[in-house]
Formats: sequence, structure tokens, C-alpha cells
Amino acid sequence: MPDHDRASPHAPGRSSCRSCWLAAPGLLWMGLLFLAPLGLVFAISFASRGTYGGIVWEFTAANYLDLLHPLYGKILGQSLWYASLTTAICFVLGFPLAYVIARSPARWQPVLLLLVMLPFWTNFLVRTYAWMILLRQDGLANRFLMGLGVVDAPLELLYTPTAVVIGLVYGYLPFMVLPLYVAVERLDPLLVEAAWDLYASRWSVFTRVVVPLTMPGIVGGCVLVFIPSIGAFITPDLLGGARSMMIGNLIQHEYLVVRDWPLGSAVSFVLMAIVMAAVVLYYRHAGRTAETLEGR
Amino acid sequence: MATSSTPPFIAFDQSLLPTPSTIDVRGIVRRHGAVLAVDQVSFQVRRGEFFSILGPSGAGKTSVLRMLAGFEDPDEGDLLIDGQSMLGVPPNRRPVNLVFQSYALFPHLTVFENVAFGLKMRRVASALIEAQVRQALTMVKLFGKEARRPAQLSGGEQQRVALARALVNKPAVVLLDEPLAALDQQLRQAMQVELKSIQQQAGLTCVCVTHHQEEAMMMSDRIAVMHQGRMWQVGSPREVYERPCNLFVSRFLGVSNELPGRMGGPIGEDRLFQPIDADQPPLTVRTLTSEQAGRPATLSLRPEQLRMARERPMTSGPVLSGRIEKVLFAGSDTKYLVRVGPERVWETRMTSDASLPSFTAGDPVFLHWSLPDGRLFFE
Repeated sequence: MPDHDRASPHAPGRSSCRSCWLAAPGLLWMGLLFLAPLGLVFAISFASRGTYGGIVWEFTAANYLDLLHPLYGKILGQSLWYASLTTAICFVLGFPLAYVIARSPARWQPVLLLLVMLPFWTNFLVRTYAWMILLRQDGLANRFLMGLGVVDAPLELLYTPTAVVIGLVYGYLPFMVLPLYVAVERLDPLLVEAAWDLYASRWSVFTRVVVPLTMPGIVGGCVLVFIPSIGAFITPDLLGGARSMMIGNLIQHEYLVVRDWPLGSAVSFVLMAIVMAAVVLYYRHAGRTAETLEGR
Repeated sequence: MATSSTPPFIAFDQSLLPTPSTIDVRGIVRRHGAVLAVDQVSFQVRRGEFFSILGPSGAGKTSVLRMLAGFEDPDEGDLLIDGQSMLGVPPNRRPVNLVFQSYALFPHLTVFENVAFGLKMRRVASALIEAQVRQALTMVKLFGKEARRPAQLSGGEQQRVALARALVNKPAVVLLDEPLAALDQQLRQAMQVELKSIQQQAGLTCVCVTHHQEEAMMMSDRIAVMHQGRMWQVGSPREVYERPCNLFVSRFLGVSNELPGRMGGPIGEDRLFQPIDADQPPLTVRTLTSEQAGRPATLSLRPEQLRMARERPMTSGPVLSGRIEKVLFAGSDTKYLVRVGPERVWETRMTSDASLPSFTAGDPVFLHWSLPDGRLFFE
């Protein structure tokens, strides 16, 4: 926290902390409304459920052990699978897009980036409803496919895992494109030419030069897509139906339907652990790449 | 077919063949939008030759280099390397390697991995790669720095890695894009000598693009001068310096002391030349062509072709009178700027030798030269 004082050139040394109190409202806000509730949820995750849904304050690890049950394991595995698949598809779709934007004329880049961000101007819920209309039995997607003669009967798209992944990819693709754009924009185009000149095929240029040198952006984009995907709740709820439950839905289900707050809290912490692991992976990697490039 | 009917075998002496051209460029044209970047350029580069393309920025020389490397294709014309047309052949399938001006070393790879990159891409056996990379690094005097990353090297060392990364592949041609431009003056001069000796030692064929005329002259076997997309003159450094084909080439390769005037009548075997903007008597000039009297022309001389004297020299050759305007001491040489007309200042140089007569600013002097040295350029 106090690091920003040291960075300020006008207030060196001890006198710097005179303005520290300015951080107090923010700290208070975070402490009161984030850290304290988090501690509470952590405590609840080790309590047990009362008969009518209350919390009984008896220490137990049962909630975490319950999560080893195949039913929960399946939901957890399903969430990991959907989030990983979403991340992979976003990467495959996002990399060429980011590359083209970063290599387009400088005056076009802000416009193209704005277009990538444009969907965020509309409410996420509304956009997910739009997907329901597109994907339903007599929706645009099916009419299009049948019109082309690709399929004879309408496909069952809505309320399938496919619909969930489509919805997640749609929602989080911009999070992949932006960090990739930054990384590609920094990549010296001459390095690509140098590799090409040194007998590398286009694929080798990509795997041996472009990928290693844009790794911070790749890892960043993947983490930014993976984290909201694994915790997604609206998308699987509206597009997936009961069969494609994800961790987010499980948490909601435990808190609001079953009213098993301790189990819901335990699930929340497992989700947090997964997210934390992803973040740690990201910082480890970003740090290592920076060291390499700066020649330390 | 019976042996008796075979035509008699004719002994053929290979050494009688002219040195084969490694590069044969035939009338290439390259447009960038409406701009003609390269206009009908043709030249050949012989095996083992150091060939420089010299010109100011925007002359089209980098376009020529990029077409040789394969990053751009000519809009017209053909380009052959070792007798094979390179049209449509991508860079990774061409037997050439480019040393980039900014070196373009891979920052995520070590020196060894950088140099080994090309061999690895061609799937050379790893034991062989090891040996060849070490050999290349020894040649550029970087042995022992294999494990460093480019960011840990000095500019001169990075330059050597870039060179090693190209020559380790034993390409038919090494392309050099302003190879020494990023180095400071002293390092640059040292590298000129070293680059030349590596080139000769390894028998490399090099095509070098540069705007630095002195560098081109010191390193090259032949120089091509480019300007506004066209290749004006190709020849040995001495040829292009001493017998430039036009005023642009003359000015670009060094100091060109000029005097505009008109052709006069014959004087013996030679001709008279009347300067126009300087108040000077007619001079004798020598020309191989019989130009009409009155035709405008420009006389040009190199500083070192001029001799300076206090007294009017006893010579039948051309003499200009003038007054020393500035004396510029430059170490081993001293430069003298001599005003020979109201709008005209000529430059000459003399060795800074204390035993020679010294001149100071304001001295009236006479400049003279041997008749064949004066070159005439016609519009």
C-alpha cells in the first residue's frame, strides 16, 4: 500500500506519509465490505447447516469433504472443462483478430478496438437473452442452417453445453483480444521477418517467435477469460438449463434454493482457490518473461 | 547407339568461363502506390564479391534488398539467384540471409540459439549445429558468450551475433542492410575492416545497402549508385569516384567542386570553357566528345585533384584564381575553402605538414590541376 508514496517525486522520505490518510476511505471500504465478509464466508464454510437452513457454529471440515461427492465433482469438472474450452476457443478466435488489429494502420487501431469493446455497451443479461432467441428451435441459427441445407431438422442448440460455451466465448472474447493486442503491438515485426528469412515456415515463425514473445499477453488473455468463465452464472443458467450446471449455479443453488450456506461457502472458496491458482500462474509467467527479455 | 558414332569429345576448360553471377537482377520495377520505388534496375553480383548499393534515403535501395530477401516481389522484371528465378519464392526457401539494420536478434533466445536458428529450421543434425555455431561464433570473435541473451550484449557484440546468424547458414548471398549504421564512429571503423576480412576469409558473396559513401568505398569490390529508384552507375569504388557518370553521382560520392559555364572553341587538341557565374578567364578542358560551342556544361573537380599556389603557376593547364576564405584544421589534413567566384567556393585539402608553406584566410591563391582530371557534365 505505501509504495505509491515512495514513487512520488515531490514527497520523498518521511514527510511522504502526510497524505496517507487520503487512502483511509478506500481502505475502510475494502476492509469493511470486502475483507470482513470474506472472513465471515470463510468461517461459515467450516460451520454446519441447521435443520431449517440456519448456521450452526460447530467447527467441521465436512462441507469440503462433501464436495468430493461425484455429483459435485461432476459440476466442478464440468465447470473446468467449459472454462478451458471457452479459453481455448477465445484464443484461437482472438489471436488472429488481435494480430490483424495490431498490424493495421495506426489510425484504424482505435476504431477496431472500439468495435471489439462495443458489446459491453449493452447489458450482459439482455445480450444473453438475445442468444436464447438466436439458438432456440425456430431461432435464426436453425433457420439459417436449414436454409443453407446443412441440416434437415432444427438442431437442439438451446439448453445444451454447446450453447453455454457459445455464450461464454461470446461474452469474454474481448478480454482475450485486448491483452493479445497489446502483446502483438509490442512485437517487433522485424523479428517475424528475421525468422522467416532464417528458413522458418509460417507455422514455425508462429510457434518459435510470435508465441514466446507474446506469452505475457497470451497468459493474460487466458486468465482474464478463464476466471469469469469458471465462475459464470447467468450464461449457464439461461443457455444451459439444468444439465449444464456450473460452479456459479451450484453456489446460487446452495445459498438460495437449498439454503445450505456452509456448503455454498465451501464451494465459493474452492472456486476462489482455482482462480487464485490461475492468477499465481499468470504472475509467475509474466515475471519470468520480463526477466528474460530484459536480460537479467 | 554405337560408340563409334558418338561425336568426338571436346575438351572444355572450365576456367575459361566468366565468373558465374550469383545474383542476376533483370529490369525489376517496384511501385509503392503511385510512387515508383524501383525503376528498371538491373545488375549482376559475382560469386565472392562485396557489392554495395549506395544512395540517399528514399533511393529505393532497401526495396531492392527486400526483393532479394523475398519480403517483396517486383512488379516487373526477374530476379535470379544461382540461375534460379526467385519470383514467388518465399524468404524461407531462398538461399539468402539478411543482416538487419537493427539486428532483429530474438530476445528470448541465447546467442547460441539465435545463431543456431536457421540450421535448426533446416533440420540439421544437432551435433553438426553445435560445431557450426561454434565455428561461426569463433569467426566473429564471440566464442564463450553463447549463453548470453541479446540484451546482455553491447551494440558491437549484437552486430556480430547478427552476422554469425546469417553466415552460419552458408547462404549463396549475405544481404546487409546498413550493417554498421547503429554503431558509433570508432567501432564502426573497426567493424568495417573486420567485416571485410570475415567476408574474404569465408568467401562470402555480400550485397550491402548503405548511404555511407566512405564505408561503401572501403568495403566494396563494386558499388552501384541509386537515386530516385534508378541505378545510375555500377563500377569499382575508384571508377565511380573518379569517373562519375553524372553530377548526382559526383556529389554523392564526395566533394564535387563545380563551375558552370559554356563550351568555347578548340585550342589545339582541347577546348576552351567559359565559366559563367565566376569572373574567370576561359579554362582549357578536355572532352572525348565534340560538343557544340555554346553548349552549357559544368566542370567538376575533386579536392585532392587541386593544387594550390601563391604565385600563378608556370603551366599551360587550367588555372583559377581565388582567395582563401576559411582554413579548417582537421588533424592529419587541413581543408581550405577558396572563393573562386561571387557564388562559388571550392574546397581543397593539404596534408597538415609543418614543413609545407602555410596559407591563411585572406591569402590570394591560384588553383590548378592536370587537364585530364577536370570532368565535364552536360545537362
